[in-house]
Amino acid sequence: MALKLTDYRTPVFVDWCPGCGDFGILSAVQMALVDLQLPPSKVAIFSGIGCHAKLPHFVNAYGVHTLHGRTLPFAVGAKLANPDLEVIVVTGDGDGLGIGAGHFVNTGRRNIDMTVLIHDNGVYGLTKGQASPTLKLGLRTKSLPKPNINEGINPVAIALAAGYTFIARGYAYDVRHLKEVIKKGIQHHGLALIIIQQPCPTYNDINTKEWYGGEDRIDPATGKPVPRLYKLEETGYDGVVHSPEEEFPKYLAALMKAQEWGDKIPIGVFYQNELVPTYQKRISKRIPSYMANPPAKQPISDAEGKPITSILKMLEELKVTG
Amino acid sequence: MISDEFVWMAGGPQGSGVDSAANIFGRACCYGGLHVYGKREYHSNIKGLHSYFHIRVSSKEVGADVDYIDLLCTFDAESVVRHVWEVAPGGGIICDAEALGTRIFDIPTLPRPFIEEFRKTLDEKGIRPETVGDLLNEVKKNNVRTYAVPYITLLKEVATEIGEEKLSKLTRMINVLALGVSFGLVNYDKTYVEKAIKTIFGAKPKIISTNLLALNKAYDYAKQKLGDFGFKLKTVQTDEKRIFLQGTQAVALGKLIGGCRLQTYYPITPAADESEYLEENEVLELVQSKVKSSGGSIIVMQTEDEIAAINMASGAALTGTRAATATSGPGFSLMVEGLGWAGNNEVPVVITYYQRGAPSTGLPTRHGQSDLRFALHASHGEFPRIVLCSGDIEECFYDAIRAFNYAERYQTPVIHLIDKALANSTKSYKMFDPGLVKIERGQLLTEADIKGKEYKRFAFTESGISPRLPLGTSDVVFWNTGDEHDELGHISEEPMMRTRMLEKRMRKLETADKEISIQERVNFFGDTEASATIVSWGSPKGAVLEAMERLRREGYKMHFLQVRMLHPLPKEYIAEALEKAKKKIVVEGNYSAQLAGIIREQTGIAMDYFVLKWNGRPMSSDEVYEALRLIMQEKAPKRQVLTHGT
Repeated sequence: MALKLTDYRTPVFVDWCPGCGDFGILSAVQMALVDLQLPPSKVAIFSGIGCHAKLPHFVNAYGVHTLHGRTLPFAVGAKLANPDLEVIVVTGDGDGLGIGAGHFVNTGRRNIDMTVLIHDNGVYGLTKGQASPTLKLGLRTKSLPKPNINEGINPVAIALAAGYTFIARGYAYDVRHLKEVIKKGIQHHGLALIIIQQPCPTYNDINTKEWYGGEDRIDPATGKPVPRLYKLEETGYDGVVHSPEEEFPKYLAALMKAQEWGDKIPIGVFYQNELVPTYQKRISKRIPSYMANPPAKQPISDAEGKPITSILKMLEELKVTG
Repeated sequence: MISDEFVWMAGGPQGSGVDSAANIFGRACCYGGLHVYGKREYHSNIKGLHSYFHIRVSSKEVGADVDYIDLLCTFDAESVVRHVWEVAPGGGIICDAEALGTRIFDIPTLPRPFIEEFRKTLDEKGIRPETVGDLLNEVKKNNVRTYAVPYITLLKEVATEIGEEKLSKLTRMINVLALGVSFGLVNYDKTYVEKAIKTIFGAKPKIISTNLLALNKAYDYAKQKLGDFGFKLKTVQTDEKRIFLQGTQAVALGKLIGGCRLQTYYPITPAADESEYLEENEVLELVQSKVKSSGGSIIVMQTEDEIAAINMASGAALTGTRAATATSGPGFSLMVEGLGWAGNNEVPVVITYYQRGAPSTGLPTRHGQSDLRFALHASHGEFPRIVLCSGDIEECFYDAIRAFNYAERYQTPVIHLIDKALANSTKSYKMFDPGLVKIERGQLLTEADIKGKEYKRFAFTESGISPRLPLGTSDVVFWNTGDEHDELGHISEEPMMRTRMLEKRMRKLETADKEISIQERVNFFGDTEASATIVSWGSPKGAVLEAMERLRREGYKMHFLQVRMLHPLPKEYIAEALEKAKKKIVVEGNYSAQLAGIIREQTGIAMDYFVLKWNGRPMSSDEVYEALRLIMQEKAPKRQVLTHGT
């Protein structure tokens, strides 16, 4: 029987602020799971700490709500131990790019086959609106005592440099588009990153839904707002690497696209490269039985508790008499 | 003199092959049926600073270090200066003939605190040696023989014989020359040394043949030119199957047979050796069994930091995998938040914790035993944990397995405390017995167990243990959170839920305290009647046992209570043992007598005597013996601080 949207819902009350972009992200995740018909028990959603982090409790799948900034290592551990799991990591701009920045970069080196969603709203919502690592220099969102004294970082550029092999951006209020991007991320063979622009109606009064929608910029010809967001795929941009020769030019093209912000913000896939071997493949080269018998599936003892691992060869190497 | 007791030391700059010389020496002695205990000391440095390996050889099993050296085998001038006073009367010193003219106070690697101490010693002795040669002439007066060996001349001969023009390519072999001289002097059966060289250099025939040539040249040189050392190291016949290994290897072996299938680590001394050994052996052999498996393996993951290391291990443990991480003090400091998460989420993760000199970076390559309180209390809030501590290398092996059993039975983090002395010491043991190993996975469910039922990961139970299901099991889901949570694993801030859930978790510790037998938690040594009881934990075990034995021969009977499970502490047992004790003595490697404090906290019993040490070196049996003897003779102060070690 086909899985329906209700199969991915839990009875837990969703306690985000009214109008929060997280609702759109939650819907997009659930819709992507329906479209891909992934059984809930095959999916594990990991989150850090912050508003985003409650998401796993609202999805009927394995949900692991971890520590501030540490969601990637937890997820990597589970995925390495059980590569059959479909692992989705949700993190925030503070969680993933501030306190968890070291893990964000180093996970890129490994190209583990999982999908990372960054809820990016420019603020630390749950602690009442402090500036996050993505808030631009000089901006003063509602609860900041002074304008932001730090420059905002560029997650797309960092992800490229770190080695993510699928990098995309979505928008929390364009749920259909976001769902499609998430599906592509899940289907990607390797480490996928999706940065999701997400208005925070409570604390970010600058990058609002209206701002993204361009309601301050009315086209005199049509009388309609000119949205700041545009879709990469509608411009003929193709970030997919098809051959080794394309790797560098497409990397550079993505890096160029990553610089766009302000009046023109691209969403869609910046870069995708499946030529890079996944971590699972790298392990399998060293341990041929890895995929057939990963750590979580290995028996370690018989029914009586006798170990089935033999260390005799190693003991033999250490043997000095007898 | 013919003897089966011998203490040898190799000393030289780091990078000069001290370790491999010691490894060859130890193995060669083992091959001859002797028991070996080796202590490794090194600086936090790659090349150039002083390091040494102190090896004790005996026909009986030895578990500790002593304060003296029979034969000091040096590769450089500094090693002579550093260890000259440790050589026992009747002993010998091998040194490089070219080092004789080296002016002692011009040796650039000797640090100021050492020089100040050394000058003081010279003043006390009323001597003024200028050079290494002068110094050796002084010790000759104490009946110490000195052997200046022309390493370079011997090396040149080797070079000529093998047609090697560049002598610099061979200087690494000074260690083998020194070995050859050592074995020549004690007239030890050379075939065992050759066998050790072949084993150590494995599949490199050219290296083996060159080293054998050097060995023979030096061995013959010693016999022909150096005269009689007056000491013959005899071999012993044995049929016993023995292994020779260091603590980190014992832990790794325990982890593998115990079913560990994922290990994370961030490079740190002295823990990293264990993970590297695991990685070298990542593809596992399986025994013939009814259990079908298409191959065994362990994933060893070098993470970006220790925060990632513990959390990655926890992520793997959630899937039903036996997972561990190994670290030292600074790394564990970074792990504490993750430890709390694992406690709150009832994750059976194992942390192998190699203590070293602390706080902060402390003494990165030196011994310490000052992290007991930290292991017991690390992380905010209250959650159950089990803390084990091994007292010797064999215990490291069996405890590594038990750590997983406890972790899974009580679904909580287990900290396995080891220390640098155990990590880096080498020792010969009777072959470990894999037949003694039992794997206990606790209440670990499978898909079939919960089919058609609602599954609550944190279900309330009498024991506090909620039957566990691996993340990824079909047709079911559950949640985890670092927040307080309900039985399903969803966030809950309700006061009643909080009260019950925290109490449920803590109850597991009471269950563990009731269920785990006392035999697994303490070792008790000594005669039935005794006039003193020693309490200790960790690596002092070997020194205490040997000191006790010596004192027993002098008529002092003592008990020794070695605490192996530090949390939950077997407090009734300890209280009972101490209430009867006439003198209560604690022996531990820290300043504040941490175990004594914990025992007092939990039993109300205060120790009478404290034998403590924190100079970065393990306790030797000699100094523990001296301290205990003073106590038994009623001559000791309440607190004795041990200081042996170079």
